[in-house]
Parts: sequence; structure tokens; C-alpha cells
Amino acid sequence: MGDWLSQAWTVARKDLLLEFRTRTAIVSALVFTALVLTVFNFGRDPTAVPTIDLAPTILWVTFTFAAMLAMNRAFQLELENDALEGLLASPLSRTSLYWGKLLANLVFVAVVEVVGLPLFVLFFDVPVAPVLGPLIAVIALATVGFVAVGTLFSALVIRTRFAELLLVVLLLPFLLPPLIGAVQVTARLLGGRPLSESAGWLRLLAAYDIAFVTLATLLFPFTVEE
Amino acid sequence: MVALDDVTFTLDAGQTLAVFGPNGAGKTTLLKVLAGLIRPDAGRATVAGGRGAIGWIGHQSHLYGHLTVRENLLFWAALYRVPAATRARRADAVMRRLGIAEHAERAVCALSRGLAQRAAIARALIHEPRVLLLDEPFTGLDLAAAAGFRTLLAQLRGAGRVVVLATHNVDEGVELATDVAFQRRGRFVHFAPRGGRGPAQIADEYRRALGAGGG
Repeated sequence: MGDWLSQAWTVARKDLLLEFRTRTAIVSALVFTALVLTVFNFGRDPTAVPTIDLAPTILWVTFTFAAMLAMNRAFQLELENDALEGLLASPLSRTSLYWGKLLANLVFVAVVEVVGLPLFVLFFDVPVAPVLGPLIAVIALATVGFVAVGTLFSALVIRTRFAELLLVVLLLPFLLPPLIGAVQVTARLLGGRPLSESAGWLRLLAAYDIAFVTLATLLFPFTVEE
Repeated sequence: MVALDDVTFTLDAGQTLAVFGPNGAGKTTLLKVLAGLIRPDAGRATVAGGRGAIGWIGHQSHLYGHLTVRENLLFWAALYRVPAATRARRADAVMRRLGIAEHAERAVCALSRGLAQRAAIARALIHEPRVLLLDEPFTGLDLAAAAGFRTLLAQLRGAGRVVVLATHNVDEGVELATDVAFQRRGRFVHFAPRGGRGPAQIADEYRRALGAGGG
């Protein structure tokens, strides 16, 4: 147990160090987040639809597409000098490789969300402070699910042409359940409803996480075999 | 298309097999099967000690361009389960051995092709593998670096390492080999101990063996 996790962390740490050195993907994702929120802010008519009704959808659409930038980058790092071949020839287990990529992607998306959430509050002036704890928990729950699936699909498409486009096309249908759940829970939280009212959606998010983290872990080795 | 067919051999400690063949003969496939990168449809390849005992040099360096040479070596050492306490010492030793110690803190993307190839060799040796699989390892090395690498391979063979070296250039690596194979269309058309044969004789036999079958 400890060995595969320590190997996974070695991979994740390397990915994060590479991102820290180049800063290309994180800067792109942060600029993208700020731009999308700006466009939505100026593109809506607050007299037609109340902000509180639109805000949860805007938040999650922004997070979803920003996260896709992270997931695209995860295996592109390994194409340089065919490092992926070196990883596959090493004693690193496929499970550790997947979990390493998953951990790095989670950190990456978390950074985008940490910056994106205050920007969201700034632009849309929604009452986040009273529900900050539960909102962070919901964001974490939904993020784990879609990053788990996204990491698997990014490995699947990496050797194809138009990998970036293909990832979006393949991934979006799988992201619908956590996306709908996250939007529903966020809307209720921002509307001042008790968390207990969202128990069903929270269960769905938790079940999605468990199912897809497990499935992705089991299926990942088949995506990288030659 | 069959990339590898009816290839059977066993190597013991201290043996170096040089596999010569034209482009597309299946040399890289053979090495990838041995490295566990390709699962054969039939037959099996077993390397004592498994993946952890193999040092693999492929067509690419497998190094991360934006990490320094030292960071790359420490990363690969960790993956090959070199104990944390000895990784730095091991990295320093292998860099000194390959003459790249003064480039340790440079990013790999800033290195020349020859230096990057030496760093790739250092990566393959960082865990002191018992088996070395080398696919065109002399590519990009200048004459001095190639001579140094040949000396290193001779030392490794002397230390009981098994080396499988694949190349299309008969002049490279003949003098290192204890055994020689000629590969064509996935098959070994010749496999024998080198004996007293020199590069010229092997080159002549190679041309005749491949010419006889139409390349």
C-alpha cells in the first residue's frame, strides 16, 4: 500500500515541479477562468434572470473547462522525449502512474478553484461566506470525480491526433452527472437552503467518486499498453 | 504483419549480444518485448529480476526537458527504488562516470544532443541494472563520447552485466559483443558466439547473410 502511494507521489511531485518551472498550463487555466467569469458577468442581464439563479451554473462551467486544460496537460508532459515509454519500462506500477497523475491534476485544479472562487464572488456578489465550508466540500467532492475520469481519458487520447478536442468530446458526457449534482447543491447552498435538502445529490456525487475512481484505477493499465 | 518470429536465446551474466539488422528488421520490437513494453502474441521473454533489473535506452532520452540532469536522475532513481539515502551519491557517481558532472544543474532542454544522450545513458544506469537493453545507443555521441561509452560497456560486462545492443551499424559495438545476431524480417538469420571474428569479417558475413535473403 505504502510503496505504490509513495511512487504515485514521486510522479505527482515531478509533474508539479515541471508545472512550477514552465507555468504554461496553470497560467492559461487561471487566465481562462478570469476571462470566462468576466464574459459571463458582462454578458448577462441581471434584470431578466436573478444572479443567484445563474451563478451556480457559471461557476461549474468555468471550473469544468478550466479543469480540462489541466487534464490535457497531464500526459502531454510525458510525450517530451517519450518519457512515457521510460515510465512504462520502469518498475512503476500502472496504478501508481494513474494515481500520480490524479494527485497532480487534483492539486492543479484545486489551485484554479482557489483563485476562481474569490473571482466568482467578486463578479457575482453571491453570499458565499455563510456557506463557505459546505461549498468547499461540494467543490472537492465534484472535483475528485471529474478529475478521476478526465485523467483516465487524457491517457486514452494522448497518442491520437486532435487529442485536446477528442478529450472534450469524450469527457463531457461522463461529466454530466457530477456537474448536475454540483450545480444543484451549489444552488441550494447559495439560496440559503439547509445542506440536508441536498442529501440525495451529495450521495450521487460520493457514489460517482467511488465508482469512477475505482473504475479508472482498474481500466488505466489498458489505456497505456502497446 | 509479424514483427518478431521464432527468436529464441538465453544470455548469462557477462554476455553481450549485438543484434545487427537493417531498418524495420524488428530490433526495436525485440528490445521492447524484453523490456516488457510490448506483450508478444505468442512466446515469452523473461528477464531475471524483472523491470527493476533492466536499464533501457530507447530512441528517445526519456528525460524531462525542464528538469535539470540531477533532478531527472533523482526522479528515475526513486522510481527504480534506489534507497533515498544513496540516490544523490549514485547520481553524482554516474554523472562523473559519463563526464556530465559539470552539467548537473542545467536543464536537459539546454543540453546539446550528445550531452543529452550521455544524460540518457546516466538515467539508464542510475539503478545499477543487471541487464542493459540498448537501442542504437551511439546515436548522437561524438567519437570521444562513443569511445568512453564503449569502455563503460566493457566495464559493465566485466562486472557481470548482461547487455543486448541493437544497431544497424556493424561497425558499432562488434568489439563489445560476446555473441552476434543478424536479424531480418523479425527472424534471427544468424546467431553465434563472436569468437575471434573481427568487425571486418562480421560486416562481410552480415552483408552475405542479409543479401542472401533479399534484405
